[in-house]
Amino acid sequence: MTTATLPVYTRKDFQTDQDIRWCPGCGDYAILSAVQAVFADLGIPREKFVIVSGIGCSSRFPYYMNTYGFHTIHGRAPAVATGIKIARPDLEVWIATGDGDSLSIGGNHTIHMLRRNVGLKVLMFNNRIYGLTKGQYSPTSEIGKKTKSTPFGTTDRPFNPISLAIGSEATFVARSVDVFQSHLKDTLKKTAAHKGAAYVEILQNCNIFNDGAWEDLTEKDARSDNIVQLDHGKPLIYGKNRDKGIRMNGFDLEVVQLGNGVTEKDLLVHDEKHPRAAYAFLLAHMEQRPGFPTPIGVLRDWNDVPRYEDLITDQIREVQAKRGKGDLAKLLRTGDTWEVRT
Amino acid sequence: MSTTIDVPKRKREIIDQAVIRFCGDSGDGMQITGSQFTNTVAFYGNDLATFPDYPAEIRAPAGTLPGVSGFQVHFSSSDVYTPGDSVDALVAMNPAALTVNLPDLKKNGILIVNLDNFKETDLRKAQIKVNPLEDHSLDGYRLFAVELTRLTRVALKELGLDAKSMDRCKNFFALGMCYWLYNRPMDSTTRWLEDKFKKHPQLVQANKLAMQAGYSYCEATEAFQVSYEIPPAKLAPGMYRNISGNTALAMGFVAASQKAGIPLFLGSYPITPASDILHELSMYKDFGVMTFQAEDEIAAVTSAIGAAYAGSLGITSTSGPGMALKTEAIGLAIAVELPLVICDIQRGGPSTGLPTKTEQADLLQAMYGRNSEAPIPVIAASSPGDCFWVALEASRIALKYMVPVILLSDGYLANGAEPWRIPNVEDLPEIPVLFETNPDDFHPYRRNPETLARPWAIPGTPGLEHRLGGLEKQDVTGNISYDPINHEHMVRTRAAKVEAIAQDIPDALPEGDASGDLLIVAWGSTHGPITAALHTQRGKGRRIGHVHLRHLNPLPRNLSEVIKRYKKVLVPEMNMGQLSMMLRAKYLVDAIGYNKIQGKPFKQSEIEDKIQEIIG
Repeated sequence: MTTATLPVYTRKDFQTDQDIRWCPGCGDYAILSAVQAVFADLGIPREKFVIVSGIGCSSRFPYYMNTYGFHTIHGRAPAVATGIKIARPDLEVWIATGDGDSLSIGGNHTIHMLRRNVGLKVLMFNNRIYGLTKGQYSPTSEIGKKTKSTPFGTTDRPFNPISLAIGSEATFVARSVDVFQSHLKDTLKKTAAHKGAAYVEILQNCNIFNDGAWEDLTEKDARSDNIVQLDHGKPLIYGKNRDKGIRMNGFDLEVVQLGNGVTEKDLLVHDEKHPRAAYAFLLAHMEQRPGFPTPIGVLRDWNDVPRYEDLITDQIREVQAKRGKGDLAKLLRTGDTWEVRT
Repeated sequence: MSTTIDVPKRKREIIDQAVIRFCGDSGDGMQITGSQFTNTVAFYGNDLATFPDYPAEIRAPAGTLPGVSGFQVHFSSSDVYTPGDSVDALVAMNPAALTVNLPDLKKNGILIVNLDNFKETDLRKAQIKVNPLEDHSLDGYRLFAVELTRLTRVALKELGLDAKSMDRCKNFFALGMCYWLYNRPMDSTTRWLEDKFKKHPQLVQANKLAMQAGYSYCEATEAFQVSYEIPPAKLAPGMYRNISGNTALAMGFVAASQKAGIPLFLGSYPITPASDILHELSMYKDFGVMTFQAEDEIAAVTSAIGAAYAGSLGITSTSGPGMALKTEAIGLAIAVELPLVICDIQRGGPSTGLPTKTEQADLLQAMYGRNSEAPIPVIAASSPGDCFWVALEASRIALKYMVPVILLSDGYLANGAEPWRIPNVEDLPEIPVLFETNPDDFHPYRRNPETLARPWAIPGTPGLEHRLGGLEKQDVTGNISYDPINHEHMVRTRAAKVEAIAQDIPDALPEGDASGDLLIVAWGSTHGPITAALHTQRGKGRRIGHVHLRHLNPLPRNLSEVIKRYKKVLVPEMNMGQLSMMLRAKYLVDAIGYNKIQGKPFKQSEIEDKIQEIIG
């Protein structure tokens, strides 16, 4: 079917008739709604979308999206999706995963998919808890956290998912929050526009097993003092009164109060295309430092790396151009052959 | 060469068959020497079977017993079923190789050793106290102690190579000697050298010179009084090539992809002895073959599932430890009912086990090694060339029934080689594939009433958007369902689908006697020694049949009836009795197991002894 006009969809076109079985009040509803709205606006035929997931609450996502969907096994979505993308580079393959699925059991696939730069978009719902198994700590749970499996508090240092993705040479790394609908949609649009592997951490609340997972960031009055929103080409300003900023100090960052001679011009101007991953890494680590805000938005968007599936397709084309298309009869006769006559 | 040496006419004996084994350090190039000899005798028209046997270590300490690598070739003017129980000619490059391999050399057999490697230090490395060349322990053999190293250096002195490079050619000196001994031309190996070392003319020259020097050495010295000739075998007419199991398997999948008209995708992680399948298929980019060397065994199989979901012929190749890791994903493929072929090239286990040695102990793992009720078709190759046909058959079943299929091969088949009659491409069976495209009343689990296959609706098809997953689903609609009755229905349907394949496979047709005193039921790489034993024992008047199972799940429909035609049933296996267990469970038959778990194939004589033990 060839159509000259782009398909026109509404959010409803991406909804399915299945009952949604997330707990009432779960952050996943907001993410689902944002994804449906953004997909409707991308101008891509619905049949081109494939949502692949692993196991966990977030991994029920495909059932609620009226696209092709594949709910696979725990942690393996990136590997299944890589196979799909190599076989069909024309498809829009998105992964819905969680902190346990992506960073614990599926950590290996996640880092390899990112370093290969497979053209997949990963939506990692981070609620810092295992919800589906009813409340054990996850690889992003804060140290000391008391959960069902850690009654005296965890002794694990958590992952910073953004750092991990950057460390895996991800070409697109972003963060948004379930309840910041417009920021989330904006981030998803940028994700969709990226060609290579995109890793998006979506901070999400689990109101049953980890309620208030991100409340320092999402409470109205705390929001602006604890979050810095990254916008390409804009200085890093934040705070209730927009009077705080981030400044470079040698090869480090520092928080500064604007005024008393410190102006916007002194602040770091965000460059998501910065050629050094170290820059994004420095930003990612802010949240682990006392007195620093948590960055949201696109930390890195680097389009200079070829997509894995394109390299594979190109290599096949090159060999076919050089050798011609394979001839089975010839292949079977490679090497020394001899004829036995009657 | 202008000097004419008055060579006395020596005897040339015409014989029916010979078994030769090259052995040395794993760095001595014995595998190359053996395969070159194989290609030459194959090209000449002999039937043959090979047995490469090498250590798991890439280079164990030089000269030691664990570092010994060997390559055995059995070639004949009549049908060959095994690499041979014992050896007519042994080439041993050092004392360690001699110690390990001498027990297999026939009395009065030919023994060529590299005299230069029997010094005090060499003997010490092989833990030998007295030099066997001097203590008369080799008196029962025709010993030729030749200075292979020195003579190779003499032959190559004009080339200006360093000593190490010259010494690397001594295996070709030995190869040249064997070509003389068995009256074989050197041109096939010469062609191979010229192609292999295209970019290093000096290496081509050096190896050629060494080989010619070995040949001339036999010609010029009177050490060898006799040379042998083995006339070509009377094989069925046609075009032949020599082929190893892994190469045949790779080509079989290319053929399947061509016949099905869909692209081939291999997801694999390197593992002995399966890696050659990945190596082979990665060369066939001109056939559009996509090969993905995954980050682990799990990604290897799940990427293949992804590719199958997207409309490719998805394959994954591995060995036992990798199978263990793929288990959960195979269950997923069963649940989502997607076509997939999982190749298990078995090796000795458990755990890492014996990576380079053969075994067939993954049968029960293939049959039952998954959580819950997860039946899967299982088929097995019986010879290196058969791997081609089994790859086609596995693909056919997977695509027709929308199921994952486990294909069993083993280290012995994978690396062993035999002459193979090249099929005509037009004669290969078509594999029809139909992607669903009609959105009217489409349901992802609406089944073909005959095969019970669900439709293959691939992403990108307008109007067929649907969701698949590992959760239990309602039949027809594919929606998640926890309904108890539906679950039982789905479990039974998945089993019935695999069972239905029995209508689509040939009946078991015994080789040998159609009824009698003994039926040998077997599978996989034991085909050779059993067939050889069957011929000999029937020749002695015993009434024996042999069913060699290609399809292990489902089994041929008439197997029970066939079994009843014989007084006793013998099941030789390189495991503790896995097929025996299946046959006993299914047919209540008193199957007698014959189990060898030594990392080595059965010998013909072992099977014969067992037959005599059972039926006298």
